[in-house]
Amino acid sequence: MTAAMQTGVSAFLARFEGLRAQLPGDPAVRAAAAELLRDAGLPGRREEAWKYTNLRQLAEATFHEPLTRLDDCDALLARLPRLDAPRLVFVDGRFRADLSEVPDGVSFEQFAHTGDFGTLARPERERMVALNTMLAEDGASIAVAEDVDAGLLQLISLASEIAGRTIAFHPRHAVRLARGARLTLLEISLGTGVYLHNPVSELHVAEDATLVHVRLQDESRGAFHVSTAYAEVAAGGTYDSFMLSLGARLARSELHARLAGAGAAVHMNGAQLLSGNQVADITTVVRHDAPGCASRQTVKNVLAGRSRGVFQGRIEVARGAQKTDGYQMNQALLLSPEAEIDCKPELEIFADDVKCSHGATVGELDADQLFYLRSRGVPEAEARAMLVRAFLAEALDAVAHVAAREVLERAVSAWWEREAA
Amino acid sequence: MLEISGLTATIDGKQILNGIDLIVPTGEVHAIMGPNGSGKSTLSYVLSGREGYEVTGGTAQFDGKDLLAMTPEQRAATGLFLAFQYPVELPGVNNANFLRVALNAQRRARGESELDAIQFLKLARAETKRLSMPDDMLKRNVNVGFSGGEKKRNEVLQMAILRPRLAILDETDSGLDIDALKIVADGVNALRGPAFSALVITHYQRLLDHIVPDRVHVLAGGRIIRSGGPELAQELEANGYAGMVAEAA
Ligand SMILES: Nc1ncnc2c1ncn2[C@@H]1O[C@H](COP(=O)(O)OP(=O)(O)OP(=O)(O)O)[C@@H](O)[C@H]1O
Ligand SMILES: [Mg+2]
Repeated sequence: MTAAMQTGVSAFLARFEGLRAQLPGDPAVRAAAAELLRDAGLPGRREEAWKYTNLRQLAEATFHEPLTRLDDCDALLARLPRLDAPRLVFVDGRFRADLSEVPDGVSFEQFAHTGDFGTLARPERERMVALNTMLAEDGASIAVAEDVDAGLLQLISLASEIAGRTIAFHPRHAVRLARGARLTLLEISLGTGVYLHNPVSELHVAEDATLVHVRLQDESRGAFHVSTAYAEVAAGGTYDSFMLSLGARLARSELHARLAGAGAAVHMNGAQLLSGNQVADITTVVRHDAPGCASRQTVKNVLAGRSRGVFQGRIEVARGAQKTDGYQMNQALLLSPEAEIDCKPELEIFADDVKCSHGATVGELDADQLFYLRSRGVPEAEARAMLVRAFLAEALDAVAHVAAREVLERAVSAWWEREAA
Repeated sequence: MLEISGLTATIDGKQILNGIDLIVPTGEVHAIMGPNGSGKSTLSYVLSGREGYEVTGGTAQFDGKDLLAMTPEQRAATGLFLAFQYPVELPGVNNANFLRVALNAQRRARGESELDAIQFLKLARAETKRLSMPDDMLKRNVNVGFSGGEKKRNEVLQMAILRPRLAILDETDSGLDIDALKIVADGVNALRGPAFSALVITHYQRLLDHIVPDRVHVLAGGRIIRSGGPELAQELEANGYAGMVAEAA
């Protein structure tokens, strides 16, 4: 395999040609994805789903093959939270058994060994998923058996640039919770340098099972993070997710959740904290296909510098999904006049007995609150920080798992200290 | 000592303060009464440095220092405290944490040592108890979901913990029940002493039965139109402002 310079979608296709004989899984699935990409290229802004987020920089970047040495992720490992919980560590997209502690109560396999593309992902509709499908080499396949409470599991992605070699990796993860099972998955992405992290996850939540999915996207400020997750929740099951997006030059977190059985629940909360020239996009589609389901979503954005936040949230209610309860709220705090938020809520309702609401607020820090703090002696910069932290604290309140929430709180603190410096 | 002289101020180009002259000697408590819209809150905001007000003339000095040249936080560290007529809610900000940050910021600015979490909590609990407030008030978010009276009491709690040298109480008595009024008055009286002064803004004689002022001033149309002893408050209670305002015009 040469480490030749590869650019844009043609470079990804060339990479595929070089690798295809060694890649796991059904070659026909990959070939179909390659065909899609060859025809349509990377998603562009003329497409509705990508109207606000431009992948041009990604298309123009040059990516090489991952080629990580054993010892170059110590600094990144040191940044991980010290938690008394098992972890699966991937470096540059490849599983690293030496850095991982495989959990009890959970069955774990590598995508590199199973090659199982799953059933939820739709490469034909989401072309970054086609890219993943074409090039996925590894990933975590996690399953929790019936009525087992598997506790907390960390899924870690580390990425490192070696001597200016920018890399791209496309992990393929799957989580399957059997009936009545429980798992809290804390997914953390960190890195240094320039790279593309393009994971696809399939999340199956069976009857009465609960998957708590807490994600911390703290990639390098030079990185591209494009993640797509598909969740399917059966009757009485809960998918409770929170996405904290702090890092990357460009981040897109796309989540498709389907409420497939009566009484299922989905929470898709999140927060984005951006500065400089960062662009981050939270795009979600929740589909109510069964009656009596609830979906809840609060996304908060703190935007400094010339950063841009994007929120696209769509709620679809199918004809039979009576007694649907959908709630969606997007709030943005603009800390600078050059910061920007694009917000696109959409409701598509085909049932008549439903309760769906959505709202959005955009604002600056409240002058009265700022003065109140200062009148008590709190210096202006500290007062501003307190108010932003308060706004975020309210967002993080949605994370009920204490240890996971603390990880996010520490990440917010570290972000804040970095920004203040 | 607070010395205000010839103070004029505008908001959105509209003149609200029309030349305030007022001296509050150290150790004294003065009351300010006056009709709605006469500029009482405006005066307290201008003294504490709220944005949006333009001082167009005059001076305000506290112990010889030019208040108007300082930021709000510098004024606070110097010892000025404003109990707001309408206390502000701070969702997501824990009351105890807020007070500790504020107290330590002031102490830092004055070159004093900061209190650690335990020292602070001891102080805060003691003051909370003294003001007959439930402990959980410290755990809640600042003023969020507080009743009107609880908000006012929370202002007094802040004052008790921050221990200002000059307190401006803007209608802290409004909305308080009879018992709370007494508790609040006791809180102010507890601070009284040779190094403490206060400006108590009120519409009601009743508060002044508990906090007996050294002087009473009547503010109307952005000016002090009369000053006198505590008996002036009684006169107002009996006759209202109309006659006095007409006389001053
Ligand atoms: N932003 C503003 N623009 C224009 N006028 C204002 C503004 N803010 C306050 N005012 C006016 O300034 C005047 C003085 O208001 P202030 O709040 O100081 O009165 P007050 O004496 O405290 O009254 P009250 O007894 O009702 O509390 C009022 O007429 C008010 O309407
Ligand atoms: Mg007023």
